[in-house]
Amino acid sequence: MQDFSFHKPQNLAAAVDTLKKRPEAKALGGGQSLIPVMKLGLAAPSDLVSVAGLAELRGIKVDGKELVVGAGMTHAEVADSAEVKKAIPALAALAGHIGDAQVRNRGTLGGSLAHDDPAADYPAAVLALGATVVTDRRKIAADDFFRGLYQTALGADEIVTSVRFPIPEKAAYAKFAHPASKFALVGVMVAKGPAGVRVAVTGAGPGVFRQADMERALGGRWAADALAGVAVKAEGLNADPYGSAEYRAHLIGVMARRAVAAAG
Amino acid sequence: MPSISLRVNGKSVRAEVEGRTLLVELLREKLALTGTHVGCDTSQCGACTVHVDGRSVKSCTMLAVEADGREVTTIEGLAGADGKLSPVQAAFAEHHGLQCGFCTPGMVMSATDLVRRNPGATEAQIREWLEGNLCRCTGYHNIVKAVKAAAQAGGK
Repeated sequence: MQDFSFHKPQNLAAAVDTLKKRPEAKALGGGQSLIPVMKLGLAAPSDLVSVAGLAELRGIKVDGKELVVGAGMTHAEVADSAEVKKAIPALAALAGHIGDAQVRNRGTLGGSLAHDDPAADYPAAVLALGATVVTDRRKIAADDFFRGLYQTALGADEIVTSVRFPIPEKAAYAKFAHPASKFALVGVMVAKGPAGVRVAVTGAGPGVFRQADMERALGGRWAADALAGVAVKAEGLNADPYGSAEYRAHLIGVMARRAVAAAG
Repeated sequence: MPSISLRVNGKSVRAEVEGRTLLVELLREKLALTGTHVGCDTSQCGACTVHVDGRSVKSCTMLAVEADGREVTTIEGLAGADGKLSPVQAAFAEHHGLQCGFCTPGMVMSATDLVRRNPGATEAQIREWLEGNLCRCTGYHNIVKAVKAAAQAGGK
């Protein structure tokens, strides 16, 4: 790994300031994606700015009709949180199946979103629940946040501080996990709530995306068999040694039905 | 070079490290705590699992500077001062939860975190928890048996 200067700012403003002054710097959350990427030489930032421990990024609370999760909260903290389990049990369950126990003890919500791995779990929850990503300077709607393969709407010096999840009436996530990495070969989050009926798919394409045909079908009738007539096209989906595009298209249907059944 | 201070197995430690120094490199190369193994170096195998503030982490995927001010426990810190094995270590010996032993320190550290947090862990929960630890010898069966026994014994 190429060496870098390490910064541990005392507050959010200082962290943003450090990122602004050093154009080749990167924010470090739990490092469960960034450190492996740096070991491979795919990223070689001049500076790392540690943000996961910042007070402004910590905490979980219900605020009106939204669940607000600090970007620095680890997956284990979200999975174990009584507030999350009560407000959005599907989100706690999703967080509890990211990677493995050790990864969940370090990896953070903000880190996962900023990295935007095309097979990550959290983007599916953020998109399906119609959440709002809050940064040090603005609020970004989920529909505007994800921009495809490892791309988000975040500026280079912008830090995710929290995510506001509207509390849904029903929601569930079903994942067909790669058996070694636990990344989603295909993961589907379905939700019915303030943001309407939304279906978000991760792992299948170059980035998380909504499945409009399924949303229409479930908007008409919320039931697993309402998806029976929805054909998922393989075109544009990922194909790799783990699964062809056709296989992933098939899995989208299976995972969506399982998720709707689980959501009840 | 950043200077850090932390506690490792109950002792205060100061060290000069590079930004890029991994926690496992600090432990093995500077502190000579070679019980923590490096298996894959890609955060998959779990051989490098240690505890940071009581939570299991993969020390090949954490920067040493991030351990500044923290409490780190390695496999060397589990047994009592008199050499008495921890309940999880004793259960691994009793149930033959190892063959070549390479993955064992990581398995024991990971299992110790589990039984502390979920002393009533079922076999399914144990198997799911140990997904971050790979063993190429045992087929996991005796490892799971050992962890189950330690959990039932209320092991720490």
